[in-house]
Amino acid sequence: MTIETDIITKLQNTLKPEHLEVINESHMHNVPPGSESHFKVIAVSDDFDGLMLVARHRLINRALAEELKGPVHALSLHTMTPQEWAEKGEAPASPPCMGGGK
Amino acid sequence: MDVLERIDEAVKKHAVFIFMKGTPQFPSCGFSSRTAEALKQCGHEFGYCNVLADPEIFENLPRYADWPTFPQVYINGELIGGCDITCEMFEKGELQKMIDEAVSAKA
Repeated sequence: MTIETDIITKLQNTLKPEHLEVINESHMHNVPPGSESHFKVIAVSDDFDGLMLVARHRLINRALAEELKGPVHALSLHTMTPQEWAEKGEAPASPPCMGGGK
Repeated sequence: MDVLERIDEAVKKHAVFIFMKGTPQFPSCGFSSRTAEALKQCGHEFGYCNVLADPEIFENLPRYADWPTFPQVYINGELIGGCDITCEMFEKGELQKMIDEAVSAKA
């Protein structure tokens, strides 16, 4: 199983999201081809209702603690309630790498 | 001084503080760069620590506020978040307001 599918499975189980996108952006960074190190997550869930952004991100960081301790080096998170998603409908693009590595 | 005490002292001493890869002038990560830029746009001075130059902080910062990634922005000693949260708050005008208040309270 790839890390990407692990992330999808864990977030599906934790958040029961209405919409979930997990995008491997590792190719944008200073890592070997085929790496699974940098991900962007767009998650739309009722569970975020009433939570500050920090708390929403913590839910995801905790669900993916194992991945973050190991292979996953960067996780860009865009967390919305279904209502916010309806208003916004997109997440901003991630920044380009500047070569910093670990 | 213990590393967690050093972190604690840094975030409490400054109204606004960022742990980042590189420096605000020469960032070495796109996420750190974008975040430092949002802080600069708010027009107040802020403290920073280049985690790439301080391996002890690099290793231990994630457990200070239970936050696994860099950059990390603190206002009034409280973790605000990383790049995505800081930039989202900046776009909504919330970051400016929070920083203005923190800086005037510290003055």
